[in-house]
Amino acid sequence: MSQPFRLPSGGRIDRKRPLSVSFNGKRLEGFAGDTVASMLLASGQHLAGRSFKYHRPRGILSHGSDEPSALLSVDWRADRGPGYRDPNNRASVVEARDSLVVKTQNHWPSLETDIGAVNDLLSPVFVAGFYYKTFMWPRTFWDKVYEPVIRRAAGLGEAPEVKDADRYSNRHAHCDVLVVGAGPAGLAAALAASADGEKRVILADEGLEPGGALLNDVTSKIDGKPAMDWVAESVSTLDARENVVILPRTTAFGYYNHNHVCMVEKVSDHRADAPEGLARERLWQVRAGEVVLATGSHERPLVFENNDRPGIMLAESVRAFVNRWAVLPGNEIVVATSSASAYQTALDAKNAGARVSIVDIRLEADCGPELQTAKDAGITVRSGHTVIRALGKKRVSGLVVAPIDPDGAIGEKQTLACDCVAMSGGWTPSVHLFSQSRGKLRFDVELDAFVPGTSAQAERSAGACRGIYDLAAVIADGLAAGRSATGATDTAAGSTPQATASFTGFQPVRVLPTDADASKVKAFVDFQNDVTAKDIRLAVREGFESIEHVKRYTTTGMATDQGKTSNMNALGLVAGILDRPLPAVGTTTFRPPYTPVSFGALIGPARDELFDPVRKTPIDGWAEKNGAVFEPVALWRRAKYFPQAGEDMHGAVARETKAVRNAVGIFDASTLGKIEVVGPDAAEFMNRIYTNAWLKLKVGGCRYGLMLREDGFVYDDGVVARLAEDRFHVTTTTGGAPRVLRHMEDYLQTEWPDLDVFLTSITEQWAVIALQGPKARKVLEPFVSGIDLSEEAFPHMTVQSGFVCGVPCRLFRVSFTGELGFEVNVPADYGEAVWKALYEEGGKHGITAYGTEAMHVLRAEVGYVVVGQETDGTVTPDDLGLSGLVSKVKADFVGKRSLARPDMVAEGRRQLVGLLTKNPDEVIDEGAQVVDDPHRPIPMRMIGHVTSSYASSNCGRSIAMALIEGGRGRIGETVHVTTPGGFTEAVISKAAFYEVKGETADA
Amino acid sequence: MRRFSLKSLLQEASSGHQGWERQWRAPEPKKEYDVIVVGGGGHGLATAYYLATVHGVTNVAVLEKGWIGGGNTGRNTTIVRSNYLFDESAGLYEHAMKLWEGLSQELNYNVMFSQRGVLMLAHNHHDVISFKRHVYANRLNGIDNEWLSPEECKAYCPPLSISPELRYPVLGGALQRRGGTARHDAVAWGYARGADARGVDIIQNCEVLGLKRHPDGSVAGVETSRGTIGAKRVGVVAAGHTGVVMGRFGLRMPVESVPLQALVSEPVKPVFPCVVMSNAVHAYISQSDKGELVIGAGTDQYVSYSQQGGIQIINHTLDAICELFPQFGRMRMLRSWGGIVDVTPDRSPILGKTPIEGLFVNCGWGTGGFKATPGSGHVFAHTLATGEPHKINAPFSLDRFRTGRLIDEAAAAAVAH
Repeated sequence: MSQPFRLPSGGRIDRKRPLSVSFNGKRLEGFAGDTVASMLLASGQHLAGRSFKYHRPRGILSHGSDEPSALLSVDWRADRGPGYRDPNNRASVVEARDSLVVKTQNHWPSLETDIGAVNDLLSPVFVAGFYYKTFMWPRTFWDKVYEPVIRRAAGLGEAPEVKDADRYSNRHAHCDVLVVGAGPAGLAAALAASADGEKRVILADEGLEPGGALLNDVTSKIDGKPAMDWVAESVSTLDARENVVILPRTTAFGYYNHNHVCMVEKVSDHRADAPEGLARERLWQVRAGEVVLATGSHERPLVFENNDRPGIMLAESVRAFVNRWAVLPGNEIVVATSSASAYQTALDAKNAGARVSIVDIRLEADCGPELQTAKDAGITVRSGHTVIRALGKKRVSGLVVAPIDPDGAIGEKQTLACDCVAMSGGWTPSVHLFSQSRGKLRFDVELDAFVPGTSAQAERSAGACRGIYDLAAVIADGLAAGRSATGATDTAAGSTPQATASFTGFQPVRVLPTDADASKVKAFVDFQNDVTAKDIRLAVREGFESIEHVKRYTTTGMATDQGKTSNMNALGLVAGILDRPLPAVGTTTFRPPYTPVSFGALIGPARDELFDPVRKTPIDGWAEKNGAVFEPVALWRRAKYFPQAGEDMHGAVARETKAVRNAVGIFDASTLGKIEVVGPDAAEFMNRIYTNAWLKLKVGGCRYGLMLREDGFVYDDGVVARLAEDRFHVTTTTGGAPRVLRHMEDYLQTEWPDLDVFLTSITEQWAVIALQGPKARKVLEPFVSGIDLSEEAFPHMTVQSGFVCGVPCRLFRVSFTGELGFEVNVPADYGEAVWKALYEEGGKHGITAYGTEAMHVLRAEVGYVVVGQETDGTVTPDDLGLSGLVSKVKADFVGKRSLARPDMVAEGRRQLVGLLTKNPDEVIDEGAQVVDDPHRPIPMRMIGHVTSSYASSNCGRSIAMALIEGGRGRIGETVHVTTPGGFTEAVISKAAFYEVKGETADA
Repeated sequence: MRRFSLKSLLQEASSGHQGWERQWRAPEPKKEYDVIVVGGGGHGLATAYYLATVHGVTNVAVLEKGWIGGGNTGRNTTIVRSNYLFDESAGLYEHAMKLWEGLSQELNYNVMFSQRGVLMLAHNHHDVISFKRHVYANRLNGIDNEWLSPEECKAYCPPLSISPELRYPVLGGALQRRGGTARHDAVAWGYARGADARGVDIIQNCEVLGLKRHPDGSVAGVETSRGTIGAKRVGVVAAGHTGVVMGRFGLRMPVESVPLQALVSEPVKPVFPCVVMSNAVHAYISQSDKGELVIGAGTDQYVSYSQQGGIQIINHTLDAICELFPQFGRMRMLRSWGGIVDVTPDRSPILGKTPIEGLFVNCGWGTGGFKATPGSGHVFAHTLATGEPHKINAPFSLDRFRTGRLIDEAAAAAVAH
């Protein structure tokens, strides 16, 4: 497509750099500096999409991020393969470059001919909330019949089909002053805030270059020069200051607590030459000392019949396309307005060669100097006129207008032929970020707008976002805001630039007066969600009076533009109907993000191998080389078993568990949580945290510790060694390590701040190698120096420090298998070397590496519990048969009081027992429920559940542990256990199944 | 109340919809009511509705500080399921489920209850045991819940990745086919309309400031921002602000309030057929009828009444969503928000009496109250009407924290609910 509507000169485009994009398969031409929207308009293409509900043809309304209608599917890197396409891109912010492939959305079979447009004919039925009133019969039809149809009709573009091929980055930054928005107010603020060269200033703007509204402006002068010269000078001044960072294409989208402002920067989408691997977007998380919001304002559309026809645009946007992109959106332009600012659009469009007339709802007497200026330029101005309706379907072809008599009656109608309408209903300050910061908005009647009231954080607003529209005043306000953000006084100010006056002021209109039946015409308030004025009237009629109710009932303001163009019109309309002051209707709370943000940017690098990075032990590499099958345990990966050729898990575990009982096994226990508890009050602290007694534990002794939550239920367990009077080496479960440390810190810091204790996580400092089995000592002996391994010198449940393989070690004599066992703790860096040495030596004794599955089987064989498997947060020590570990004499410990509650000691609590299936080969499901009598009706009473269940080669049969009501008193009874297909029989036994031979751990 | 139907809709269509009535009135508060419900969310409105319809108690007011349905009712991710582990919870949530299944017809208001199935993913051994325990318990309690293999999970939810290369591979899932979603706002409005039609006064912008008591200590009414209103019985159903309201009454509740965040994507054509929950990676996702992906995140770490959480919670949830559903990486977050959830020590609600005669409380639903709305209202209405708990809510007494008879679903399931 050629560019018939491109002006011969002007604009901020680079005519030396032509480019093209593919639009619905056709070639669209333009220049560097274009957006897809400006290219479409240059080619004369206004029709750019179909609306959400009625599938009405829609064009380009805006030139900025508030565009509600022209939404496109964009394949950003079609030349690089799949994974670069996404839907719902606003044409006005997609920077044009070669090799973009864009398509329109929400139509079938084509943009021009859309079957869905039948909805427009049915619109008398499809009013706001119609779906709440029907589709209820027959009862089963909602999700089977109606809902699928509605779903297919709804939605906008198609979701991406494949994984995102782009990458994203994330940056945290700190600054003294963050300025959001680089229009005149923001530039002035940044200049003032950075003037002393000391304060670190970040200036961010969503546009591709600084300037804001001045980019659309070819008439204003600052200090006698074109306004954009001032912008260029300001930018170059800021660029030269080392304390300033300017971030174009960067949208501040979220204002969180403590001046934490999140922004997203477009890094590569606009670059045809972006190297592969360059991030697409960057998430900036800025912690700012002070924030200046200079976020500008949004123009309000006028609400009249068919105000959504392609070719009907916001007036400032028409001006922007003419001046900034050198595109004339039409040859015959009617400016329909209640705002002075639109007169500048008329003047600029006329200068660019369009035939222009103005329809102004205001009376001549209510206008300012803009009226005479327009008249002087030879523009016909119809003051005191209303717009009855727009003509045309896929493109506006005319505007029916009429004078309003002094008594409010509609006068004689007149049709103005046109191919473009530039409309303006005035301006709404962009208070989104201020509102997100939890500042309190204030309604200003003069401005007919909500403006920032009381701040909740260290921020201030400047310029149009607080209702200041005159250019000179905006710049002065920006300078003042910049100074106040740095604490500078006004006397520190340089001279304030002098700017020419702007056309400001508007008359608020909610819906343009008309003599048509208001209950019939479609005058859009929210363009994307197809919410009309009559929908809003209906909502109010039905009692939805709070603006939040109106919003939810009609969906106004809930489209992808989040109501930037519609909120004030909706609010004003509701207030008008109810005849209440506007603030009484309420304001909607603005929520992040300001504009939609890609999941990719929010995730940043946290994907694939960087999503919850896998924690690996020092011995992980050896395990991998030796064929381990791994399983995820909390953030770790652990070797589950080590299959040999032809072995499945069952075979491997049978071999590994037998080896431990008959010879020796070696096990990587490095993931066990380890916390060092140190300080003069360490023993007292331990005494309060754990249920058992610690004061008398001798140095060099180990003790199994049980920890409860405040509610008296088992929280964690582990062996603890006392290394010195004031030093304990605590172990926790693998998954429990972080929460146990948090639990301890919580008590230490909030309940017992008087205790002199320090807690340090040492999980990753020590590699832990468990040697278990009758030959464990033999394997270890040759490597140990400084420790006597004999039973007498080094009994079970003790710890000694010394050297293994010449490496300093903390050697524990402990067992989680019932067999003779040692746990060798060496500094993590030596872990693999020590493991290899032990494994090699162990070869003489039949050493076998075993994984977590065998570990579980071995401990179950001897009846040791695993917290998190036998327990679930509802289990007391007594339920586990561990009441002996609960001190009866200690004054207090965490959970003590709760243990005394009547239900904690009641009869019939579930107790840990063993379960032996009648068929010894049958392994019941972990999690299976246990009942007395499987023939009872549903709901059937359950008396317990299975916590652990394994095939045990050492026992020659299956074994299981279960929590069963009054279980310890029911040994020998038969119960019924659920299976996928029904029930199976099992006999209750003690929760220990294997008798250890030889030198036992006697734990 | 004018009935909603296709016929009435078509009639109105021909006359510009001028004939619809208000869905609920905006009455001035009366001097006294038999029952005052404090809190105009789904639970409170449902309570009022069932007081009127089941118990014939119509001299009822619902007092709402802001606008009805504006708290957690309008802020949740609309998931409905009943596959709870313990008998007490299963009884309560299944009671709600049965009411959901006929709710649109009961209320004559399409609440869009869509039984598209709730699939809970297991990512580790612990999840597998826990979910199987649920599946078995549910079977014996007559509640549908089935175990799916990873391949069956994928077939049920095609966007799901079951690649073994996932950080937390999908080892299977528990599917409740009767679970699904509903249109949250419509639930509040439907109950409000139904209650109002039966004489209940729904009074918005009316904040409860204190409790009026008789000399014997029993409830006499409430002090509000619109004056004193008498009542024989008062039921507090104030969700995240229950602690605040009860504090004004001089009672300290065993609840902590924390922000819980959620977000939606831009709308897209149908791409996600069911509800998927993955607690191990903290992500809940479904697609609304409008086409938005509705995504629930975890709670913030700190107690707060501010309906704004930290962005790191959202980031982490999206990490998980994109890991499980890689095709959504280029989708965009359209809107995010927070609600304040009141969490009890055992993560189960409190529904019943208080130490003050005539004062009742329904709170502590934590992160999972929406799904219980009809059941909660139904049994709480019974409690308020009779002065005694229904057998379904009897176990959920405030007293259980003293006796230790806790109902710890979160501990049992390792699943937020």
